[in-house]
Amino acid sequence: MDYMVETNDISKSYGDFTAVDSVNLKIPRDSVFGVLGPNGAGKTTLISMLCTILRPTSGTAVVNGFDVAKNSKDVRASIGIVFQSRALDDMLTGREHLQMHASLYGVPSNLRKQRIEEVLDLIALGDKADEFTKTYSGGMKRRLEIGRGLIHHPKLLILDEPTLGLDPQTRENIWEYISKLNKAEDITVLLTTHYMDEADKLCDRIAIMNHGQIIKEDSPLNLKRELKADTIIIQVDEQDRFIKEAEKLDFVKKIFVEDSEIKLMVERGENLITTLVNFANKNDITVNSIELTHPNLEDVFLNYTGTTIADRGA
Amino acid sequence: MIMPELEGIYTIWLREAKRYIRARSRIFTSVVTPLLWLIIFGYGLGSALKFVTITGGYKAFIFPGIIGQTILFTAIFTGVSVIVDRQYGFLKEIMVAPISRPSIVFGKALGISTAALIQGVILLFLSFVVGVTMTPVIFVLSFLLMIPISVGLAGVGLLIASVTDSLEGFNLIMSFVVLPMFLLSGALFPVTGLPGLLQGAVYLDPLTYGVDALRHIILGYGAIPIYIDVIVIIVFAVVMILASAFMFSWREQELM
Repeated sequence: MDYMVETNDISKSYGDFTAVDSVNLKIPRDSVFGVLGPNGAGKTTLISMLCTILRPTSGTAVVNGFDVAKNSKDVRASIGIVFQSRALDDMLTGREHLQMHASLYGVPSNLRKQRIEEVLDLIALGDKADEFTKTYSGGMKRRLEIGRGLIHHPKLLILDEPTLGLDPQTRENIWEYISKLNKAEDITVLLTTHYMDEADKLCDRIAIMNHGQIIKEDSPLNLKRELKADTIIIQVDEQDRFIKEAEKLDFVKKIFVEDSEIKLMVERGENLITTLVNFANKNDITVNSIELTHPNLEDVFLNYTGTTIADRGA
Repeated sequence: MIMPELEGIYTIWLREAKRYIRARSRIFTSVVTPLLWLIIFGYGLGSALKFVTITGGYKAFIFPGIIGQTILFTAIFTGVSVIVDRQYGFLKEIMVAPISRPSIVFGKALGISTAALIQGVILLFLSFVVGVTMTPVIFVLSFLLMIPISVGLAGVGLLIASVTDSLEGFNLIMSFVVLPMFLLSGALFPVTGLPGLLQGAVYLDPLTYGVDALRHIILGYGAIPIYIDVIVIIVFAVVMILASAFMFSWREQELM
């Protein structure tokens, strides 16, 4: 199989701290690949090494057939990147950003005008294209940055937390846009996110990253299937005693606690609701609420890392 | 190989130039400041001093010095744009493009020099304020001289920006580098016959040679032979640009 990105034990450390720890990734061409993890998991550091901004402490990475350390210029020409933090000049217009990017990336001058029009169409800036970016909304700025990353027809589009800080409506639009792009153009998308729904909705494959390591990598469907578990969320008055007793039940595979909620990982949860309520009554514990959920990526993440993203996120 | 790099240099220059033109208030203040020096300081101190050797007196004497000062301050302040770019993340966007680090530095330096040159030219047009005659020849020669001065000082600005992480740090360097450079350049006083240590410091200041050369051309008078002035200015410009190109390549990781 032909891979767009292939890393080999790539690591980055700062003194004693290892931000990325021997990561091996294979990203198939034309896929949408997600790296999912909480803040501080090492996602941005990993991406920075792939786009040649950071040099790996050890290990190698090949992007579009080029080694990131030895052929950094070829790697840079192969990728379009949207950074997590905004990278716009508020004293330039949207169109000027695109023009500047096109010439920095050596888009032939006879193609430039047409490419810029295409991208402007795609990101739907409308009349705002010729206004300074300081007048843009958050969503427009994001769209401009994504559009800019596409001007030179990169083979790999890297999006670092593409919808961070955007409102739900804009997030939906950007997701739709990314999917459309991946289908219409011959382009591989690598994105990092700490939104479960984002990874679930967009990605063909997901790598779960925590503490600098890839814990698990598979398609969203397989990840959920492998869990083979429903989650029962239960709130009781005597939490500690309930957990102690519940640990003895053999149908409970794992227990996680989040604030006042106890999450029990079980198989076929629908049969167990009454069992659990009766079990609580028998132990003189009052059940305040009980709820059954089918597996989602949040649970997958919880299962593999022992924490939820929200716990650790900023 | 060459064309994309030239294109890159041009693109970065163009952006700097646009930013400069669009910041109208900055152009305005950077014309007013030297005018205040010329009028208040020039006329004020001038009336207390006897500068019989030069027509126009003290205010004419400091005119080339104030041009040097304006170029210095414009170049260094515009150099801050690198730090601002870093804070806004825009430098990343430039640094991740497939062009070489030296090209980025050349583009930036040319952009900064353009701003400094525009300021200098505006001042040349204002020579009548201090009663200095401006002829086309003086104008063109001064302009040509201002090019290596601007490029060299742009190099200083870029060099400072490449080793400074914050605007606070930049301000610190301002007071330890820029102000002494201005005061020691002989912009405000003749550079000959000074006490030993001060004399040495004056000759170590590259701006001294820039101001002296401008004085040669504008007033027909100087303390150092003009060919030495010109050689020092050009060597200074080349060294500063190479040094900042080197720093950008070397500190590439830290800058992004």
